[in-house]
Amino acid sequence: MITEDPKHQDIHEYLAEMEDIPGTRVFTAKRARQGYHMNQFAMSLMKDENRARFKADERAYMDEWPLTEDMKQALLARDYNRCLDLGGNVYFLAKLFSTDGIPFAEAVSTMTDMEFPQYREMMMNGGRSPEGLRSIRANAAAAKKEDR
Amino acid sequence: MARITAGVASSHVPLLGVASDFNKDRDDYFGPIFAGYDWTREWEKAEKPDVVILVYNDHASAFDMKIIPTFAIGCGERYKSADEGWGPRAVPDVEGHPDLAWHIAQSLVLDEFDMTIINEMDVDHGLTVPLSMMFGKPDAWPCKVVPLAVNVVTYPPPSGNRCWALGEAVRKAVESFPEDLNVQVWGTGGMSHQLQGPRAGLINKEWDNMFLDGLVGDSDHLRRIPHIEYLRETGSEGIEMVMWLVMRGALGKKTRALHRHYHVPCSNTAIGHMVLRPDNGEGLDMTGSDTVTAIAAE
Repeated sequence: MITEDPKHQDIHEYLAEMEDIPGTRVFTAKRARQGYHMNQFAMSLMKDENRARFKADERAYMDEWPLTEDMKQALLARDYNRCLDLGGNVYFLAKLFSTDGIPFAEAVSTMTDMEFPQYREMMMNGGRSPEGLRSIRANAAAAKKEDR
Repeated sequence: MARITAGVASSHVPLLGVASDFNKDRDDYFGPIFAGYDWTREWEKAEKPDVVILVYNDHASAFDMKIIPTFAIGCGERYKSADEGWGPRAVPDVEGHPDLAWHIAQSLVLDEFDMTIINEMDVDHGLTVPLSMMFGKPDAWPCKVVPLAVNVVTYPPPSGNRCWALGEAVRKAVESFPEDLNVQVWGTGGMSHQLQGPRAGLINKEWDNMFLDGLVGDSDHLRRIPHIEYLRETGSEGIEMVMWLVMRGALGKKTRALHRHYHVPCSNTAIGHMVLRPDNGEGLDMTGSDTVTAIAAE
């Protein structure tokens, strides 16, 4: 467990570290700005009447929002990794999970390389180990060392 | 004088609310999770807190991207359960304690914590699931609640150190409230979990248990864990554990553990739960509840 003096956090170092975790998009200000309208669109699905309108014609409902074509395609395809890349946040995208009526864990599993039954099995067996998944830089350095 | 007599930590996975609401809490999957709270439900019946200061995070329910308060305190009379996309949970309304909440809010601002004041909002699973876990399914919640919402969604969230310091200031605020109140502070969320991206499903039992160990006794090293450590070791949503540090900070220099429970999995998440007593020789252990605790444990 690493601890450090909290008074000396450099913002540039901090933000660089956020990008150093394999398979993870930390919801930084940059992503929050990029995905603002996608997340607000998803938020609108908390209302029953909006869910009904969205379900009736997804494309037409999304056209009412200032979303990029990329965002619309990612949402239509339920490509949640792509949504994260475009600034989506999982707690907002979860409004779409529940509109679709699929369990949270099942939606989450679509972002991994596993099918839901296999993902469930992994969770039942104690989940995914952080081993080898802590740092992109550390993994690259280790691979380089191995090459030599 | 109002006093903080105990701290409770608990995960707040939404699926636990579903299990409770649809009577699945004793099936093969959820049984072992809920069994770890049986002790606490008996203990709470004996403790009879007047107020719980409930530290939690909103999950895009009351707050969207329009306004993102880092620390917000609920000063309202009552709060309804939020519709998170499948209709509101069928749980009682949450009754606030505006007198105490406003007192704490004022005290915190004077103590240089720039709080956001909330008079009206709905509360989501982050707040209602812990109530279900600790109190079961009553017609009305047995105590009043002061919601204390922490931003752990948009980066950067407050540091663990700041959360701990906020807890210390909450303690000072509570102890200067003239009315005799039995107050508990609950820290919720966590433990290890990642809900997004190819690394989703990450669990770190070893780290989680080190964190649980660290809440007990007089060490304050947990307040110095940087965000990146939570992210690397406990997944992107493991950062919620900083909210437990508000609770720990509010218990003063030293604590002892009354109860501890850990279980994997619940959906994508490791369930952690702990009950702590302040142990500072200040008379907080003289509430008579040690005896009661012993009875509850039998």
